[in-house]
Amino acid sequence: MIIDDLDAIAEAERSSAKKTVIRCCMAAGCMSSHSEAVKTSLEKIVRDSGLSERIEVRGVGCMRLCCQGPLVGVDPDGIIYEKVTPEDAPAVIIATQGGEANVKRGDPTHPFYTKQLSIVLANSGLIDPERIESYIAVDGYRALHAVLREMTPNDVVESAIKSGLRGRGGAGYSTGLKWATVAKTPAAQKYVVCNADEGDPGAFMDRSVLESDPHSVLEGMAIAAYAVGANQGYIYVRAEYPLAIKRLQIAIKQARQTGLLGSGIFESPFSFTVDIRIGAGAYVCGEETALMASIEGRRGTPRPRPPFPAESGLWGCPTLINNVETFANIPVIIRKGAEWFASIGTGLSKGTKVFALAGKIENTGLIEVPMGTPLRQIVEEMGGGAPGGVKIKAVQTGGPSGGCIPASELDTPVDYESLTRLGSIMGSGGMIVMDESTRMPEIARFFMEFCMDESCGKCIPCRTGTVQMHRLLDKIVRREATPEDLAKLEELCDMVARTSLCGLGQNAPNPILSTLRFFRNEYLELLQAQPDGKPAPAGANAT
Amino acid sequence: MKHASGDKRFKILEAHIKKFQGRQDALIEVLHRAQELFGFLEDDLLLFVAYKLKLPASRVYGVATFYHYFILKPQGAHTCVVCTGTACYVRGADKVLSAVEAKSGIKAGETTADNEFSLLTARCLGACGIAPTVVYDGVITPHQTPDAAVARVNEWLPHDH
Ligand SMILES: Cc1cc2nc3c(=O)[nH]c(=O)nc-3n(C[C@H](O)[C@H](O)[C@H](O)COP(=O)(O)O)c2cc1C
Ligand code: FES
Repeated sequence: MIIDDLDAIAEAERSSAKKTVIRCCMAAGCMSSHSEAVKTSLEKIVRDSGLSERIEVRGVGCMRLCCQGPLVGVDPDGIIYEKVTPEDAPAVIIATQGGEANVKRGDPTHPFYTKQLSIVLANSGLIDPERIESYIAVDGYRALHAVLREMTPNDVVESAIKSGLRGRGGAGYSTGLKWATVAKTPAAQKYVVCNADEGDPGAFMDRSVLESDPHSVLEGMAIAAYAVGANQGYIYVRAEYPLAIKRLQIAIKQARQTGLLGSGIFESPFSFTVDIRIGAGAYVCGEETALMASIEGRRGTPRPRPPFPAESGLWGCPTLINNVETFANIPVIIRKGAEWFASIGTGLSKGTKVFALAGKIENTGLIEVPMGTPLRQIVEEMGGGAPGGVKIKAVQTGGPSGGCIPASELDTPVDYESLTRLGSIMGSGGMIVMDESTRMPEIARFFMEFCMDESCGKCIPCRTGTVQMHRLLDKIVRREATPEDLAKLEELCDMVARTSLCGLGQNAPNPILSTLRFFRNEYLELLQAQPDGKPAPAGANAT
Repeated sequence: MKHASGDKRFKILEAHIKKFQGRQDALIEVLHRAQELFGFLEDDLLLFVAYKLKLPASRVYGVATFYHYFILKPQGAHTCVVCTGTACYVRGADKVLSAVEAKSGIKAGETTADNEFSLLTARCLGACGIAPTVVYDGVITPHQTPDAAVARVNEWLPHDH
């Protein structure tokens, strides 16, 4: 494989493009609403009516507005159809030849679409994720070529630093600095690991990226491997994502056959292979040291850091571990330049972030917006607010490690620092909207039950602390708690956060602390009156 | 050594182990395959895996019990997995689950006495955009209500009362 071969594939793909392209969403959300039958039906009609020369029916990745699926898009007309059934297929095809189809139309001018800025999702919903040619036709693997032919590993690390990209898996550590550490640790063997465990309930960004554009992740990993000096990569995917696993397997196979993975890529001395490791349903395995234990075939329990994986990771070798979305940003940063990337976003949070909008919100699905976009714009303008015009009460970000941001703070820009200031975290990108019907102490109990179940049991503060906190929350929700119980709960929050071994325990109190901070009254209302008969003292502001 | 039962599935599993050149770090991969073939991980099966990978049985058992995905007991002929992730929860998954529990008379994690039906829960299937979601016999189904779920599992339940 040399650049001319890549060009030839791209050219062949582009020149065989047909006049009309009908895109059918083949990501997990729409597939569960039978989009495959819709696609089959469209293909049959195109064939039967002799339109194969003019119309291509293409299976694509996530088209964003999951709640209205199955989604079908028609180019170049710019039409989006929603809730399409196989019976709608004839009308959709007839409409491509002029006329109107009596099929539910989406509104491409809605802020849900127009306020998005797609970097990571640029190809999602457009290309066929099961064909490498489709990715190559949109400049796929050009960044890898540029890196191998024109840049030293150090240039690549510099570029990552300059872009300001921060890890999208939760903690937000500088990607470039992490790469630099792995690069400068001398070792005969190094590894690159992609964290696709996506354990936060309510988050489905990484699943969508893998199902929609798996090659962008592979290309990002290969570039990272060149930068840090690794030749072997692993993608750790959770078992709950069978479709993502299948698409990755196809992508790896095609990349290997095309010579874009394997030895001597682009006739350079660089070799890189990628293997998939499938998780087995343990949330804690998203934590990097637990994840590596799991790749080694052991129980997924975390270990103290340092040493960080960058110095001693898989089998004791220096290991770079990044999140799916982090890797997917890399090829674009190389192609368009670190300066371009750094010009998007805010002072300390560069680029875009993909969020999964879910919960009590009209438009559920995937959005990608520049860092710094106000929460209000996301949930009200783009998300359309809560269904039935009900008032939004809070937005939960960061999953079981995050917090609830009250409606009064909706003007907060989403960036790492602002969300942390509100007692939540950016997290991996799950955004769950809650309306007035959601009781905050119950939500806190829900998350604590999750952490209690998922605690790996290695360290005592997390193992027993989560049980005790859950017990107290349960008591509160059942109106059996006293003010002393609440005081004990707050004390435990502090202890567990300070003394737990890994992020699971350290952050487990966050949902309690953030709901106490903004919705303390809801807790107080549930407490039994104090012994002296006085009503429980009034607490903080909200509700 | 062949497995004494002569069950062909052991042979398939052995071929899979060979694909990994018997590497011990492939344990989780091997357990996945074993569960795919046998439906659940019996003690005998775990011992077989331990022997083939030259690992202590305690290590294999420890890994199999650590991960939620591995099941050590047989499942019912039909399964219903209610997602109790956050997005499904705020959209009423708890009510869907209680309705199915009430109808079937079993709790999440249990199987009916006739081994026909297992009720399970999951922590997010990544299909939160179409919450609440329930998986019936492996098929993810969007926008579930308590009534819809009860109607769906009804045919799998014993009807002798
Ligand atoms: C309990 C726990 C769960 C985590 N789950 C994930 C996850 O599902 N996906 C992920 O990318 N990072 C997860 N992380 C963060 C990882 O430990 C790690 O920081 C991340 O993969 C680094 O990649 P990044 O720098 O690109 O963000 C988790 C951390 C903790 C403590
Ligand atoms: S919370 Fe149920 S699918 Fe994500």
